[in-house]
This record gives sequence, C-alpha cells and structure tokens, in this order.
Amino acid sequence: MKKSAKVGGTRKKVLSITGLFAVVIMFFLYMIPFILILLNSFKYKRDIIKNPFSLITKKGYTIENYITAFEKMNFLRAFGNSLFVTGLSTIAVIILSAMVAYYFTRAKNKFSSVFFTLMAASMIIPFQAIMIPLVSIYGAQLGLLNHRLTLVFLHTGFAMSMSVFIFQGFIKSNIPISLEEAAYLDGCSKLQTFFKVVFPLLKPTTSTLIILNVLAFWNDYLLPSLVLGKKNLLTLPLSTYTFYGTYSADYGVIMAALVLTVAPILILYLFLQKQIISGVVAGAVKS
Amino acid sequence: MGTMGRKPVERFKNLCIFALPGIFIFCTVVIIPFIYGFYLTLTDWDGVKKVKAIVGLKNYMAAFQDINFWASMGLTLKYVLFSVLLVNIIAFILAYALTNGLKGQNFFRTGFFTPNLIGGVVLGFIWQFVFSRVLVNFGEASGWGIFSTSWLSDPTKAFWALVIVTVWQLSGYMMLIYIAGFTGLSTDVMEAASIDGATGMQRMKHIIIPLMVPSFVICLFLTLSRAFMVYDVNLTLTGGEPYGTTRLVAMHVYEKAFTARNYGVGQAEALFLFIIVACISGAQIYLGKKKEVEA
Repeated sequence: MKKSAKVGGTRKKVLSITGLFAVVIMFFLYMIPFILILLNSFKYKRDIIKNPFSLITKKGYTIENYITAFEKMNFLRAFGNSLFVTGLSTIAVIILSAMVAYYFTRAKNKFSSVFFTLMAASMIIPFQAIMIPLVSIYGAQLGLLNHRLTLVFLHTGFAMSMSVFIFQGFIKSNIPISLEEAAYLDGCSKLQTFFKVVFPLLKPTTSTLIILNVLAFWNDYLLPSLVLGKKNLLTLPLSTYTFYGTYSADYGVIMAALVLTVAPILILYLFLQKQIISGVVAGAVKS
Repeated sequence: MGTMGRKPVERFKNLCIFALPGIFIFCTVVIIPFIYGFYLTLTDWDGVKKVKAIVGLKNYMAAFQDINFWASMGLTLKYVLFSVLLVNIIAFILAYALTNGLKGQNFFRTGFFTPNLIGGVVLGFIWQFVFSRVLVNFGEASGWGIFSTSWLSDPTKAFWALVIVTVWQLSGYMMLIYIAGFTGLSTDVMEAASIDGATGMQRMKHIIIPLMVPSFVICLFLTLSRAFMVYDVNLTLTGGEPYGTTRLVAMHVYEKAFTARNYGVGQAEALFLFIIVACISGAQIYLGKKKEVEA
C-alpha cells in the first residue's frame, strides 16, 4: 500500500493532503471533550459559565477544584476499592479460566463438551437477562450484597466464558502435548505440570485477557451498582456517579472529579498503549 | 480418554482440581440465575417479601401490553440502527485513512481509541457538560440557532446526542479492527489490481470490501451487542429525559424491576430482549458466514 501511494503522482498527493486535513479535523473533534474538561477543571465556576472555551479567565486558575473533589468524592477510598475489586477479579478469572480451558482441551469427554458448549452459548445472554434474578438470589436469599468479595465473585463468573474460550483456542493450537508428557515422566503431577510448563507458555494470551478484563472491571457500573450500596465500598464509577448527583451545579469541581476518575486509566494507557491496542484487537478477533 | 489421567480416580481428581472451581463460579453466576429468572417471571415478587405467589403467565401478558416497554424497544432499535451504521462507516473510513502511510498515523490511532478506555458513566457526564453548557455557550456566541438551547432538553436532539456519544465511544475501537483487516490484505492482490488498471473506487468495491468481510462480521457483531445493551451512557447523559423520551430498553427493564419493584414483569421483558438480541446476532453471524464463503 505504501508503494502505490508513491507511484500515484500529483492526484494522489492532493488526495493525501485532503485526507490528512480531514483526519486532523476529526482528531480535533474527538479530543475536544477531553481538552474542555481538563481546561475547565482549573477554572472558577463563573468563568466556566461565561465561556467554557476561553483560556483567559477573570479570576485566574485554581487547583482548589481538585482538592475539593479529591476529598468530597473520597477519591483514595474509591480508588482503593476499584483496585481491590479489579485486581482480585482479574487474578481469579485468569487462573481459573486457564485451568478450565486446559481441562477442556486435554480431556475430551462428555463433561468437557457439554460445558464448553454451554459457555459458548452463554456469551449471547445480555446482562439484563440475569441481573434481576442475580439480585434476588445474592441479595434477598443469601444476603451477600454490600461485600466487595461478592462483586469479585460475580465479575469472575461473568468473565469466565470469554476467557475460557480465548485460552482454549490458544492451548489447542500452540501447546504441544509432548511437552507435558516429558514433565509427567519426570514425575510432575498434573497441577505442577500446568503451572510450571503450560501456564508460562500462555503468556501472550494471558496479557491480552488481563487487559480486556481489567478495562471491563475497572469501568463497570451496572453490576457494582447492584451489589455495593454502602458509601465506604463504592468503586470509582459509583462514587463519581454519587458525587455528580450532589455537586452537579458546581462545574469546576465536577470537571476536576471527572479528570481524577479518568486519570488512572489514561496514565496506564500512556505507558502501555501498544499492549493495550494489540490486546483489545486480539480479544475482539478471537472471540 | 484424553490426557487428564490414566486411572478413573486420577481423572476424577483432575476434573475436580482443574475444571470444577471455574465451572462452579460460572454456573452460580450465569446459568443458575438465568434459569431462576424463568421461575421469577411466573411469580409476583416485589423484591422484599419472602413468599412469592405463582401467577402463571400474567407477567408475560403484562410485558406484552406494556406500551412503554415496546416504545423503548422501538427507540432502541432506531438507536441501534443509526449507531451501528455510523460507527462502522466512520471507523472504516478512519481505518482506511490511517493505513496509507500517513505521517504520525500511530499517534492518531492511539488518540481515536482513547474514548473507548473510559467507562460509560464518565463519558456520559463529560458529554452532558458539552451539550448542556459548551454548545449552548457556543450557540449564543455564534448565533447558530441549532445550539441555542441544550440538545438534552429536546427529545429528538437528545436522541441524536446519544447516537453521537456512542459513535465517539465505539468508532475508535472498530477502527482498530478494520485496521487489522486492512493490514492483512495481501499487497500482491492490491498491486495486481493497480496494474490491471482498477481505479480506487473499483478496487474498494471489488477487492477490498469483499476481502474485509470477516472484519465487518466482527465489528457488526460487537457494535450490535454493545448498542443493544447500552445503559451507562444513557443513564448519565440523558437519564431517559426529557420526559422519558430517551429511555432505551436496558434502562426500562432496570426501572421496571428495581424502581417500580415489578420483578416478574421486568424479568419477562428482559427475556424478550434476550430473544430479540439472540435472533438478530444469530442472523447476522449466519449471513456473514455465508458471504465469507461466497467471497
């Protein structure tokens, strides 16, 4: 494709300049909401209402919005809760789904084929078709709501089928049985073989799944909102939502809160953009 | 019998170690609630009381007759149609533009994908500020009547606001998948077409688009399922307002069950949603596979 751009001549060049121009304009349109939020998070309310675009403000800039938002939305607490829930759920999903996928690929029996089909089929069920009975079972009957570990458990369950599916595809085509047999003859148990030989070889898929699951858990709102209601348990999206409800007229503070909420994930993206992009693409293509 | 042990005892042990923990969680979180959901539709549960009375198919009748449910379903179909089309058209064009060796194309790709990393709740709030303050301010300053009042206070414009935010959120993601498709195209085929004198449009129509069918299938599937289930952005951008005119079906089901405390009817409606989604994505995958074979 690069080659054909060179041989095309002037018409191609004109096209590519208009193309570049169009891309730049689109890019600007995509970025403008972020820029506006960031800009206004440093301004006083009166200046924001007067002109959200203006760089010149009557009262100057301030970081007070951030201090207020940080305290009032209990940022550290919410961040900690998000970290706890996301971290634990991701570890649980990765290990358990890799083991299930390994079992499915290696043990060709009725059990494997029934549950593999069940998992594949379940991916089509929308969350809305499960959330009501979920609240009924885990809330009214078992009384397990308002525990972060319940949310970890539920996250793990919902992420299971996709992760098993992707792991299974990878193990099937990339992990030769002969390796495991060698370890087995050396006296390793199945479990040892799995963790010492197989699991390290799954690394590319593991990192894809870590990225996909971390993004999904970190940003999830609906499921956590059904499970966690107590103020000191709220995750970041939940506390942003509650905070917005109370302070919605206080624009500067709201903007600062939004910046604080997106900052962790954007900072991560800054350092891991290649991995995140290839992980997301790999995940989409495989499932 | 595979390689999970030679003796039956060993095989059983490995089944318990490897498969059961994961399967147990999966079943208790997905399968059992899903089945239990059918039972709920037969009861009059209100979320509080301990005893549920069996009411037969009454909830399904109520769901059938719930005008608001079908209105929100209709609105959702309209929303899905426009979002899926716009997301994929824009994503395809962006991917095409960003695989031609443009300077800094990696930078652009990274940027266009950014909205996808952020949760719907925050996206909705960001755009609420844009629509209700920034654009109104812009309208007043520039005299453009279209922006003089907040889009979120007008039913039609609020609907389009939802579509715009969805396009903004999803197109970067689909762009990445189309880029993967474009990069996978064989350069030999493209060059052969150029030498044979195929113009840009001809190449697009007869070579690129047929070869990109797998990417279209993936993207359509992803956008369809995402758009049908959208809740977060709906909640924080419009909240269903003005007057419930932008309440998409996921929000309707939520409110039916948890706000109106009508769990049985809510679950019956959720099952209708499930059937519709399953049919549409099933048909889409089937058609895509057929096209793929023909191409």
